[in-house]
Amino acid sequence: MSTPVARPSAAIRVITGLFHQPYVWAIVALLLLLVVNLTKNPAYLGVSVNAATGNLSGNVIDILRASAPIMMIAVGMTLVIATRGIDLSVGSVMAVAGAVSMEFMRNTGTGSFGTAVVAVLLALGISALLGTLNGILVSIVGLQPFITTLVMMLAGRGLAKVITSGQNTSATNETFRWIANGTFLGFPVVFVIAVLIVAVLAALVRRTALGLMIESIGINPKAARMAGIRPVGILISVYIVSAVLAGVAGIFSTASVMTVEVAKTGMTAEMDAILAVVIGGTSLAGGKFSLTGSIIGALLIATLDKTIVYMSIPSSATPAFKAVVIVIICLLQSPRVRSMFNRRRTRVIITDKETVPV
Amino acid sequence: MSITELDRPAAPSLLSRMKPNLETLPTLAAVAIFIAMLIYGEVAYGRIVQFSTISNLLINNAYLIILAVGLTFVILTGGIDLSVGAVIAISSLVGVMLANAGWNPLIVIVLMILIGSVFGVASGVLIQYFNVQPFIATLAMMFLARGLASILSTTPQRLDDDSVIRSLSTQWKVYDGPKIDDLVTTPNVLIAALVVIVAFFMLHRTRFGRTVYAIGGSEQSALLMGLPVVRTKLLIYVISGTLAGLAAVVYTSKLGIAQNITGVGWELDAIAAVIIGGTLLTGGAGFVLGSVIGALVLGLMNVLITRDGGIPPEATTIITGGILLAFVLLQRFVVSRKRKS
Repeated sequence: MSTPVARPSAAIRVITGLFHQPYVWAIVALLLLLVVNLTKNPAYLGVSVNAATGNLSGNVIDILRASAPIMMIAVGMTLVIATRGIDLSVGSVMAVAGAVSMEFMRNTGTGSFGTAVVAVLLALGISALLGTLNGILVSIVGLQPFITTLVMMLAGRGLAKVITSGQNTSATNETFRWIANGTFLGFPVVFVIAVLIVAVLAALVRRTALGLMIESIGINPKAARMAGIRPVGILISVYIVSAVLAGVAGIFSTASVMTVEVAKTGMTAEMDAILAVVIGGTSLAGGKFSLTGSIIGALLIATLDKTIVYMSIPSSATPAFKAVVIVIICLLQSPRVRSMFNRRRTRVIITDKETVPV
Repeated sequence: MSITELDRPAAPSLLSRMKPNLETLPTLAAVAIFIAMLIYGEVAYGRIVQFSTISNLLINNAYLIILAVGLTFVILTGGIDLSVGAVIAISSLVGVMLANAGWNPLIVIVLMILIGSVFGVASGVLIQYFNVQPFIATLAMMFLARGLASILSTTPQRLDDDSVIRSLSTQWKVYDGPKIDDLVTTPNVLIAALVVIVAFFMLHRTRFGRTVYAIGGSEQSALLMGLPVVRTKLLIYVISGTLAGLAAVVYTSKLGIAQNITGVGWELDAIAAVIIGGTLLTGGAGFVLGSVIGALVLGLMNVLITRDGGIPPEATTIITGGILLAFVLLQRFVVSRKRKS
């Protein structure tokens, strides 16, 4: 990395190298949370194996299970934010996906495997549709992403209510329920699916030029266009990916209780997603992104949620705490604070804005 | 403050440079839509164009008018404030709880407004001094305000029936019409009217107002012209937050119930009112009176949906969103035409 540090010794280089891993603090925080839990119960990290079924159980497995939906929306949000956009509609898309699948399974009535598959496909289909709409409005119409997705966030919540006629809908289907509550090779199915999806996506954006194209749009859209990158297709696909992943998250979170609460499912999910992304070191200003960071961020949020329940702290304080963390990270990412840190080393960083007398 | 050192003749260059017909087209469209909705409602459902309906329209939407006025300032500079709905939640929740705890109602009201101001200051500082994008800063404030509100209470809090704050929604009969068709008003409506008048005066008759328009036109140029960009941008977020606090007072006095989920989506309503009223989402052009029309269009739409009965009330947000998108598209069309001419 080209840092303006002058002739560092080997030890300092290792430390600064660690500093420049954007998600190092997330790992530290994650470990701290686990230590906090360990002080309450030294056996907190214990994972027991059920001899009969081979299933793993324990707090860590619970955290993995809870992190799956957050991981999904966080990964989608990372790609959107990398293009200088934002997707505020993830929580509502979760609700819509849950509403569609629950309503379908309740109306068909059969608890068969086929019904579950169709329900999943329907949920993902409508999510993709909403994502396409977001993408078209952002890329072709040229609407600001936050306005587009804000409209989709509120209209989507309305759509979920229209689909279920405002009721919390339940259904019974063992296959669908297995997605959330079942295990595969001992691990929760949701976590396995989430890891698979992330692996495929990561291979797609990092083993091809796609990731670079996404970053270039976020760093400088004009330059990206001049370099021959067509933003329309990439933008639309990014919003579709985000919405489909939100749909997956919606299936995950409704399948565990087999009920969609139209007013609650996916509520403030956009905050969790944004939090995971910024914790993972991706700047809200777009550009370079880190999927690994966002996944660690998602794990951190799931651990935090579980810790708060475990320590029997009132969970109503969690959203405010998360919001404060977002504000602090925003401050740390801001040019003014950065230049404050850098000034100690270089003393020449003055932004354009500060040179203009006001 | 610049608001008091006012009244030089309005700069003609700024107004004459813009084509007046294209400039006012979206606002005129909003007025036309409002009138068309009135006529349609009268023909289809009846009892729309009468004193009681119009009075209720104003009474029920006083808070939205106040919010829309605040957002007009912000959007005129090319910014956005997504926190207004959540600010209303925290402010009205604090207000109801303190009033029920026996605090002096006047102090409670001042506190409610100040809570809004504090969030406005926080957004403004984040945006202006730390270069955070407006939507991210105000989004963070929205999360924070909602989070704090849910710490206070997650159940509806009811304002005592004999609370003085409720007297802000006393109905005054201005004109005694036949049967129940009276022209009534409440102190809340007068507050909203006062806010509109002051905002109109500030935007169109003061140096501060012209700076707001200049920043929306081009922030860089405004800076180079030596206008107080930093102070003005900070101030508009304070104004928006303060008016959100005031809207919380108005809303609480009318409904008497506060909850942590009060005001979900009102930021969209307020933005939609501003955009429908002809203010460009990108800033630089628009009218505060247009935003009032925009708020009334949304209010009337709710009345018509209720009267119609065929549309599920859950679909209201979908329709609001659709209208907002349609008007943004109209703006794009107008702006592209203006560039050509």
